[in-house]
Amino acid sequence: MGAYLIRRLLLMLLTLFGMSVLIFVMLRLVPGNITDIIFDSAGFVNPAQKAKIERQLGLDQPIVTQYVRWIAGLARGDLGYAFVSEKPALDEILPRIPVTAKLAVLALVFSVLFGVPLGVISAVRQNTALDYALRVVSLSGLSLPSFWLGLLILMACVQWFGWIPIYRSTPGSFWSELALLSIPAAAVGFRSSALVMRLTRSSMLEVLRQDYIRTARAKGASDPSVNYDHALRNAVLPVVTIIGIEAAFLIGGLIVTETVFNIPGVARFLVEAIRWRDYPIVQNLVMLIAVVVVVVNFVVDMAYVALDPRIKYEE
Amino acid sequence: MRARLALGATLFVLAGVLGGTPALAQKQGGTLRIYHRDNLPSASIHEEATISTVQPFMAVFNNLVLFDQGKKLNTPETIVPDLAESWAWDLTNTKLTFKLRQGVKWHDGRPFTAKDVQCTFNKLTGKDTEDDFRRNPRAVWWQNLKEVAANSDHDVTFILNRPQPSILSMLASGYTPIYPCHVKAQAMRTNPIGTGPFKFVEFKRGDSVKFVRNPDYWKPGKPYLDAIEWKVIESRSTRILAFVAGEFDMTFSADVTVPLLKDVTEQAPKAICDLAPTGVSSNLIINPTVAPFNDAKVRRALALALDRKSMIDILSQGKNALAGVMLPPPEGTWGMPPDALQTLPGYAADVEKSRAEARKIMESLGYGPSKTLKVKVSTRNIAIYRDPAVLLIDQLKSIHIDGELEVIDTSIWHAKVTRKEFSVGLNLTGVGVDDPDVNLYENYSCGSERNLTQYCNKDVDALIAKQSQETDAAKRKGIVWEIEKQLAEDLARPIIYYERSATCRQPHVKGFVLHQNSIYNNWRYEDVWLDK
Repeated sequence: MGAYLIRRLLLMLLTLFGMSVLIFVMLRLVPGNITDIIFDSAGFVNPAQKAKIERQLGLDQPIVTQYVRWIAGLARGDLGYAFVSEKPALDEILPRIPVTAKLAVLALVFSVLFGVPLGVISAVRQNTALDYALRVVSLSGLSLPSFWLGLLILMACVQWFGWIPIYRSTPGSFWSELALLSIPAAAVGFRSSALVMRLTRSSMLEVLRQDYIRTARAKGASDPSVNYDHALRNAVLPVVTIIGIEAAFLIGGLIVTETVFNIPGVARFLVEAIRWRDYPIVQNLVMLIAVVVVVVNFVVDMAYVALDPRIKYEE
Repeated sequence: MRARLALGATLFVLAGVLGGTPALAQKQGGTLRIYHRDNLPSASIHEEATISTVQPFMAVFNNLVLFDQGKKLNTPETIVPDLAESWAWDLTNTKLTFKLRQGVKWHDGRPFTAKDVQCTFNKLTGKDTEDDFRRNPRAVWWQNLKEVAANSDHDVTFILNRPQPSILSMLASGYTPIYPCHVKAQAMRTNPIGTGPFKFVEFKRGDSVKFVRNPDYWKPGKPYLDAIEWKVIESRSTRILAFVAGEFDMTFSADVTVPLLKDVTEQAPKAICDLAPTGVSSNLIINPTVAPFNDAKVRRALALALDRKSMIDILSQGKNALAGVMLPPPEGTWGMPPDALQTLPGYAADVEKSRAEARKIMESLGYGPSKTLKVKVSTRNIAIYRDPAVLLIDQLKSIHIDGELEVIDTSIWHAKVTRKEFSVGLNLTGVGVDDPDVNLYENYSCGSERNLTQYCNKDVDALIAKQSQETDAAKRKGIVWEIEKQLAEDLARPIIYYERSATCRQPHVKGFVLHQNSIYNNWRYEDVWLDK
């Protein structure tokens, strides 16, 4: 196990290095840079002033020099200065992480709490009216874009309650924050729960046809025991994988939800930074997301061991 | 005792007469909540050319003079004192001396003096090379400004190369605040210091901007509000819903388009919405350096194909204004009225007749239904650019031109246009002050940075200079119309229409008057109060 862990950690570092090069190069392949955008709203481009700003921001340096500077800064914990706000990038990024993290966790909790039990029910009651109804719900979840659902929720709230559940300022208490974030989390979680539900259902259907399930029933095990202790435990592995992927996606993929509900999170900020070609913000945020993805994958792999004792990583 | 009573009664009556009853009704306090439509690039008005910065940050500053915040139109007659108590021209009309207000302090407690005025304009005219602006989008406004001389702490003279009466209008714009000498340009982009009615508190990028009342403001009793809070909401649907739900007291300037206005007034019937020109024109840009548009006949055919009225009807339910270069009446002071516009090339009411002429031109050049001219119509990837561009392509079909829409990423739009990497384009142009000097020098004079098509006609330049020096408004308007005619004939940048959009506020927002001929000059908020 120890050797495996070391191998995984080295692989993680290699992945992150590859990611850093990819992010850095791709960002610079996108047409235009911050100076183009600074001049854009003025409706003209002044080449001399543009060159001066590029010099100030270090954009006139060779790309390798820029990369080395960034990585060296990262190693020291210095993320550089945001081009647009001229503030330390860390100060810009840090306050946004908890907001998105809370929203992502809530959405994930929503998707698991609804997706897994409903998936099990749908599988156990296969081809019944309940199964059909749940399948319709899950298909709707997958096909309704979350921005549309979000807007519908907002419109309904304004129409019926004369109130709009958008993020205006940092909520004063844990409960008010929970209440405020639960609505967008439900809008996002609806899609995730549909995915989890469908995967749980198909995985359960496969497991329920296995010999050991028949054996358990023959031995007189109760339906809940067969469904949850025997079947679900084995069916849950692909579901754990998809939950892991969803968790990683939610950190950077909440752009539309954050925009519709006006949540000052990481995803919206990242899109804005890309629009402004604010390299220090984009590079560091994408790296952060990459780290989350790599770590979540690692955690998922470790969770396999706990969930299925047959899996051993040392061999 | 009787004498004291009589004195008291006299003072009471005088207070009533001088102060006026409306002043008694104004309520002090409260926070004005406004939404912002996008991420503002920086807090430095002088370095930006967007309403996104001017609207929130104008409240931090004062100008030397200002367009009256309580009057609807910006004209030379509505200019009122601000940091300057009075002003006077010399006999040559080249020296404009301002007597400055005394006892005014910057938000950090330092005194305001003539040096601050001098520093501001040294930066704007490029004389301050040590701490210059990162960019200076309105440098062309001050090209005739030779020097600003600080005669004493409270006396400053603007020395011009030649007479230019419009300089007062430019000084009165929200785009021309006075900056402190002792604060670096970089700090002004992130943490601005002004003398204005509101002090800057916080600017959270992509989230909010906050200001609080300046208790030491030099106008006693003002501002009425305790604070102004801006919340950035990028989703238009969300922010309009939030306004309808009463979360905000005001919308962002001109954020409510004509189609949206119907929804807003239906859902929030008590809201007060003013539909006014935005000062932004939609225009056709043609690159005269690429074939076949290097042929004046093809350019003329393009202009003749335009059906402005149908575009206006489709895009704004007939509300946008048919216009030439200058904003037309009733809001615009210098523009041509519709009947006069019809005399300009390409503006004829009979569009079919114009198109028949255009087709004839195209056919004489070898184009026809079986051999169309294929062209990319470039525009910026924003709906307000794309929508008219799509209509333009449709209209060009009527003269054997087969257009293909080329949407260009917003970040490189101006860079591409400046490099002339386009054939035909659809562009929007904003004008800060409804004055010919601002519009004509910026967009049509030889060598101007914002002259995107690099149109250059020495005769037009001479006329621009001539109108600029003219002190008689009627004569000046005559020259401006002459320029309009020449620009239309040269197809310099055919204007399609001037936009109109609405700004809405809740009925409890009092003391606010929306300017009708510029969106850039009435955001001081010192007269605004909340009746709740």
